[in-house]
Amino acid sequence: MSRTLLALAVLFLLAVPAAAVEPDEVLDDPALEARARTLSQEIRCLVCQNESIDSSNADLAKDLRIIVRERLVAGDSDQEVLDYLVARYGDYVLLRPPVKPGTYLLWFGPALLLALGVLSVAIYFRRRRPPQAAGLSAEEEARVATLMDQGDDTDTGPRS
Amino acid sequence: MRSRLFFLAPVAVFLVIAGYMAWGLMDPERNPSAVPSARVDQPVPLFAVPALYDSEPDGLATADLTNGKVTLVNFFASWCVPCQVEHPLFMQLAAQGKVELVGIAYRDKRADTRNWLKALGNPYSKIGVDQNGRTAIEWGVSGVPETFVIDREGRIRYQHIGPIHERDLTGKILPLIEELGG
Repeated sequence: MSRTLLALAVLFLLAVPAAAVEPDEVLDDPALEARARTLSQEIRCLVCQNESIDSSNADLAKDLRIIVRERLVAGDSDQEVLDYLVARYGDYVLLRPPVKPGTYLLWFGPALLLALGVLSVAIYFRRRRPPQAAGLSAEEEARVATLMDQGDDTDTGPRS
Repeated sequence: MRSRLFFLAPVAVFLVIAGYMAWGLMDPERNPSAVPSARVDQPVPLFAVPALYDSEPDGLATADLTNGKVTLVNFFASWCVPCQVEHPLFMQLAAQGKVELVGIAYRDKRADTRNWLKALGNPYSKIGVDQNGRTAIEWGVSGVPETFVIDREGRIRYQHIGPIHERDLTGKILPLIEELGG
């Protein structure tokens, strides 16, 4: 039983995320193919919204995968390949949006929200601090002293 | 008093978000899933596709769109249902003869395209065939239908993604053609 489970676990470990790359697309040069795979994971499949062309089996994704490989074979750098696609489809084709004024809110918004959160929590706890830290007035001090004196003589409560 | 205002903060946040969403819903032009066009204001890309009909041996190429005329370029396919939706508008446009309309059949079999046009009518003055979808990528087309307005200098002035409805035609495309002197 435990053996079967172990075998199953090993099988699960062997499972890797499926890629849509078809055998006829794969380049002969393993180094170029590796670059193509990495690049493909950065490129949005435009007709499937949030999938990369590496994992999508849409026709357009296949076309784009082939183009990426063609450009790499033609000697383009990774950046040139991305620029080629951005010139046609805009920044939208990149799954990781570039940092520029239009995307500052996107990139730094979460940090801004976190800072705001920390600030409001800090303010909250500052307000909640007990006010008696200010101490007693002279009148109150005198009253406490009287009560303490009385307590010494008349205390009948339990004592250890 | 200050602490009471503090409790109104979530309401204020809600109002800001709700207001933004209402603004987004007010105008159908504000479509969050629309792909922003990178090709607009750029010259027509270099391309050449073979013709659909044997009677037009030249096919369609960049030079056909840089001839001093305002042209509409429509990517379509016989398998594309939204293309069928916009098709009657193109028939009207062709009948008026105000603007040159050319078509590029995207990833379609020639026989299918021909049959489709035979059944629905052919509004295009020229039709090219982009069998492998490479020309569509040059144009930054991600699906069909898509329609481009090309000015007299052969520059892309507008890219419409998805089917053209009456309001797109009268509200955007025809005024633009007018403005470009088509």
